[in-house]
Amino acid sequence: MVSAFKCRTTPDRDWLDGRGKAPMIHDFDKPIEKTRIVAAMSGGVDSSVTAALLKERGYDVVGVTLQLYDHGAAVERKGACCAGQDIYDARNVAEQIGIPHYVLDYESRFKESVIEDFADAYARGETPIPCVKCNQTVKFRDLLDMAKDLDADALATGHYIQRAPAADHAKAQLMRAADPSKDQSYFLFATTQPQIDYLRFPLGSLDKSETRDLARRYNLPVAEKPDSQDICFVPNGSYARIVKALRPDAATPGEIVHIDGTVMGQHDGVINYTIGQRRGLGIGGREGDTDPLYVIRLAPEQARVIVGPRSALAVPRIRLTDVNWLGDTTLSSAARDIQVKIRNTMDPVAARLETTALGDVEVSFVEPLFGVAPGQACVFYDGDRVLGGGWISNRL
Amino acid sequence: MTGAYLDYNATCIPRPAAAKAAAEVLAEGGNPSSIHASGRKARGRLESARAEIARLANARAEDVVLTSGATEANTQALSQPGVTRVLLSDIEHPSVLEAAPMAQRVPVTPAGVVDLNALRALLTGQDNSGTLVAIMAVNNETGVIQPLVEVAGIVAEAGARLHVDAVQAAGRIDLDIASLGTATLSLSGHKIGGPTGVGALVLAKGTTVSAMILGGGQERRRRGGTENLVGAVGFAAAASEVLASRDDEQSRIAALRDRLETNLATEAPNAMILGQQAPRVANTSCIALPGISAERQVIAMDLGGVQVSAGSACSSGKVAASHVLTAMGHPPEIAGTAIRVSLGWASGEADVDAFLEAYGRLAAKA
Repeated sequence: MVSAFKCRTTPDRDWLDGRGKAPMIHDFDKPIEKTRIVAAMSGGVDSSVTAALLKERGYDVVGVTLQLYDHGAAVERKGACCAGQDIYDARNVAEQIGIPHYVLDYESRFKESVIEDFADAYARGETPIPCVKCNQTVKFRDLLDMAKDLDADALATGHYIQRAPAADHAKAQLMRAADPSKDQSYFLFATTQPQIDYLRFPLGSLDKSETRDLARRYNLPVAEKPDSQDICFVPNGSYARIVKALRPDAATPGEIVHIDGTVMGQHDGVINYTIGQRRGLGIGGREGDTDPLYVIRLAPEQARVIVGPRSALAVPRIRLTDVNWLGDTTLSSAARDIQVKIRNTMDPVAARLETTALGDVEVSFVEPLFGVAPGQACVFYDGDRVLGGGWISNRL
Repeated sequence: MTGAYLDYNATCIPRPAAAKAAAEVLAEGGNPSSIHASGRKARGRLESARAEIARLANARAEDVVLTSGATEANTQALSQPGVTRVLLSDIEHPSVLEAAPMAQRVPVTPAGVVDLNALRALLTGQDNSGTLVAIMAVNNETGVIQPLVEVAGIVAEAGARLHVDAVQAAGRIDLDIASLGTATLSLSGHKIGGPTGVGALVLAKGTTVSAMILGGGQERRRRGGTENLVGAVGFAAAASEVLASRDDEQSRIAALRDRLETNLATEAPNAMILGQQAPRVANTSCIALPGISAERQVIAMDLGGVQVSAGSACSSGKVAASHVLTAMGHPPEIAGTAIRVSLGWASGEADVDAFLEAYGRLAAKA
């Protein structure tokens, strides 16, 4: 596999994982054995291999697992991270590879920073991405601070994203993972430059099967553990249930209205709908109108779900909030042609990024995009380089 | 154990005499309930061990029920038939608190001593024939010694029954079940340098208890299951050593602890010693460092080779804010920033030096 990580000088290419790969460049100004790295360990295979790779390389590795939510509430959840079984797994892995391991109780921080925000966003009719919030707050703010407090030189995670060291550039850069199907850059767009400087992502040049192979080679007890899916704190994918519990008002019933103003039916709360959704609307068509109907917009203030034909989903331009810009020159210095993703699962598409006279950041798509949902992220790319991104606003 | 081990209240470094005795009997085997020769030999060893363990509380051998540990002993004491109401102090160990989740709570004073007036008020004007009061002898986090004689007087006067969790008191202060006036008392093997997995429920003369673990009829039908001979023998060997050397050991430990606390004032003037106003056992020091979370302190100290603990570490390893310090009225800035330093038989000056050095570095960052 050719690494997409275009690193022209390699300060330390001798670290190979046994099959000729260099998972991470040593770019610290001290010897490896004197370099302390905190490895965030979720109990899954990726972060376990991350810790094992660093340990094998000779770093002073300290494993840390975050307890993020109550075991009891999550017992029915299979394949999610950071609750009881996962903490147990992380401890076993740490023991197996021979590193100290600690569990930090971040339950209240996670609730404040991630779960409450998730519920608020759903109640506003948005489609939030709690994983980004979690990376932004609990992991790359709180855990990163703890790593610094423990005199660590870096915090490493098992994310599939690459970090090009500063040696070749003005500053360290974020790059998409070598394996596009595993690339997690969409969830990491909000990583700030100081965070990038401190973070390490040893798996970014691997693909998942290689990670599994390494887990087996290290004889890790989680080598065959299924990947985590979806959102960790939502049991059985039932977002609506969690939001209803936290924000009972968000379950107000109301009307389903066509964009032309016709009332099409009733719904039992906007939180049960997602923009672009076609199935399960519970409404019939209209006479002389056989076009399938999609959810076009959610208007929680009027408790309305707005539906219309697919063509009404096309969006040519969006405005962003809370933009994280990682480019080399200031964002407002010029409009620029980049590639963007507005969903994790899509391929990047061409777009123009510019700031308006009022300072708003706007993105115009070369071809209008379907299924643009407020609350999701618009992530910027220049080829493989990640240039940051912003949150899709519900106004333009 | 490597580095400076200062967490004896979590578990005591095994006493070599206990390890040796346990290893010998492990190699020997035998079921104390068997009729044949090897069974009789095992029975003899078990009963000698029981007698030695009984001496920890100046009890009779026949009043010692051997258990899997103090958690089981506490659970058994609190789960007796006929108990209709339970009163617990706010600073009890989780093995007591969680054995009676519906219990009423007795508060403690800011010094960490059970509030006797509150206890009296909770017992006044009621029929206490079904009331069980559980108060620990020594708190595991602060080392504060509880006024058990006064507690027992109040409980007896009210006609209630008393249970004492004496895990942290054994081998540190006088324990005499008769003069304490408690019906039951719990002990732990590994807290005095014996093996984990063995403890005892000690009964006052005339007290009866029902079994929780039924099958087999062992321990005079008070605790079923083949006796843990290895554990009992190790526990007994630790008890013998503790009983023989207690006063010397405790005064040596007290000198170490006092030096630690005195030097702390210069090494880390921002640190606060909690529970110091009340009488304490010699080995425990509870130290808050506002501005640095307890979990960070424990991790940083461990990475620096100094082993201490914070609050009550649960089995997953996460550190929760101390319920004991909270009950003493300390706000989260203090209750969440306190670590426990606890010394024991193998502690020396080097351990105190290592602690002071690591702690000084940490305190400089607060």
